Amino acid sequence: MKRTPLFYGQLLFVLLVCAFMLVPVLMSLLAGLTRNYFQGVMASGMTLDWLNQVWTAYADTIWLSLRLAFACALCVTVIGVPAAYALVRMNNRFSRAFEELMVLPVAMPGLASALALLLTYGQLGGFRSSWLFILVGHVIFTLPFLVRPVMAVMQRQHLPILEEAAASLGAGPLRRFFSVVVPNSRAGILAGVLMVVTLSLGEFNLTWMLHTPMTKTLPVGLADSYASARLEVASAYTVIFLLLIVPLLIALQAVSNHLSRGDRR
Amino acid sequence: MSSLAHPALATPRRHWRLPPAATLALVPALAVLVAFWLLPLARLIALGSERRDGGATAYWQVLSSAQYLSSLAQTCALAVAVTAAALLVGAVVGCFLARQRFFGRSTLVALLTFPLAFPGVVVGFLVILLGGRQGLSASLGMSLFGQRWVFAYSLIGLFVGYLYFSIPRVILTVMAACETLDSSLEEAARSLGASHWRVVVDVIVPGLAPALVSCGAICFATAMGAFGTAFTLGTQLNVTPVAIYNTFTNYANFAMAAALSVVLGAMTWAVLLLARRLIRQTGATL
Repeated sequence: MKRTPLFYGQLLFVLLVCAFMLVPVLMSLLAGLTRNYFQGVMASGMTLDWLNQVWTAYADTIWLSLRLAFACALCVTVIGVPAAYALVRMNNRFSRAFEELMVLPVAMPGLASALALLLTYGQLGGFRSSWLFILVGHVIFTLPFLVRPVMAVMQRQHLPILEEAAASLGAGPLRRFFSVVVPNSRAGILAGVLMVVTLSLGEFNLTWMLHTPMTKTLPVGLADSYASARLEVASAYTVIFLLLIVPLLIALQAVSNHLSRGDRR
Repeated sequence: MSSLAHPALATPRRHWRLPPAATLALVPALAVLVAFWLLPLARLIALGSERRDGGATAYWQVLSSAQYLSSLAQTCALAVAVTAAALLVGAVVGCFLARQRFFGRSTLVALLTFPLAFPGVVVGFLVILLGGRQGLSASLGMSLFGQRWVFAYSLIGLFVGYLYFSIPRVILTVMAACETLDSSLEEAARSLGASHWRVVVDVIVPGLAPALVSCGAICFATAMGAFGTAFTLGTQLNVTPVAIYNTFTNYANFAMAAALSVVLGAMTWAVLLLARRLIRQTGATL
């Protein structure tokens, strides 16, 4: 294909946008490894001290966030996969209304949802001060991100035929669900789980209102360090966060590529 | 044959009609949503409408206070500006990446879509690295013109931050929508002698319109409710999420915070509904 000047103009624009996306991330990487950012890398040299310092000060926030993300993924899978199945099978006015209801927490500002939860359940001391309070917020917020891809997979496969075959062989509804429906939608479930884990690890708007000093998650710790720590520590902390989240994103992209290739076949 | 699949016939012992098993599968999700979303939301709405000492409800106080109204207007204007800019940039980049094949394309796509999952606080910090007191633009301005360019702690910084996490979403949507465009329409237009611009304006933009409208609505909603970026850049910024936060934590004025959240949520939701109606209309005319 002949490349016109327009092609190169657009390519330049795309590269500029890419630079806008990438340069700050690289700067944060650099700042997190520099001994003194204000003097520059050349003058002060590089160090891993800041990463170490972050690890000693904030390791518990990282563990809490990981625990939260996996618990959230588990909860969302347990309630979301059956819900997706029900929504695909029902496909009537009620199921469409339910889909609307499910997406609403994503459309509402996170702060408002958190406020609503706080004002309703904030009096329950034990629940309020445990990490389960944050978990509830994350489950509500991430539910549609699992249900959507699972529904998409359930809609396109030959699921009704397989289910009919299983039923004709005498399998009950539960048996059909676990041995036919779930295995056949595992790609959608995987994509949804990866998305839920990624979102839960990075959730801030809800979490900032729901957390207590004893239940600080990674983004809450990040906000803390941005407000009070040196630039190098804040950068190092950001780098740790990116190291956690970028592999998840790569996996997510691989899974969704696989899914869309399956679509075309 | 298909009658075998029917649960009522597969188990002939049952004479009464059970609700289909599929409906039962919805119960756990419905219970969680009602208990932890609908119920709290109802409480939030009720709290804002309680009559207080002055006899006015918190909603009325929000809607009659110049301070809150100006913060709502500012938030709205910022969200509109971010949405417009993100749609423009994202549409150009998305179309280019979807329609051209060249070396390094998939790497570019990956790099451009990663920031989608960055939380608002992190984006705020990245904006500080770009435009803060020690940021890139400050040192650039210092070495070129002898003055520091600092924009991070103002509305411009907020705009840049929101743009940062809106662009990847638009790019992804536009790329997906480009795949479904009918390329024969474009070829027909070209063969009839349409210039490049005519093709863009008359064929590509209308084809992408539904995707652009729905994605724009989501960008708008995200920008209305985003709190992390503003929180990192400084709490003196007069946008509504920050105002809600300040009202709640600094003044412990729960009713006012609830009323503000409800108003903000209602505005966001209204825009999402409007976008959906627009899509349905254009879908009907096409």
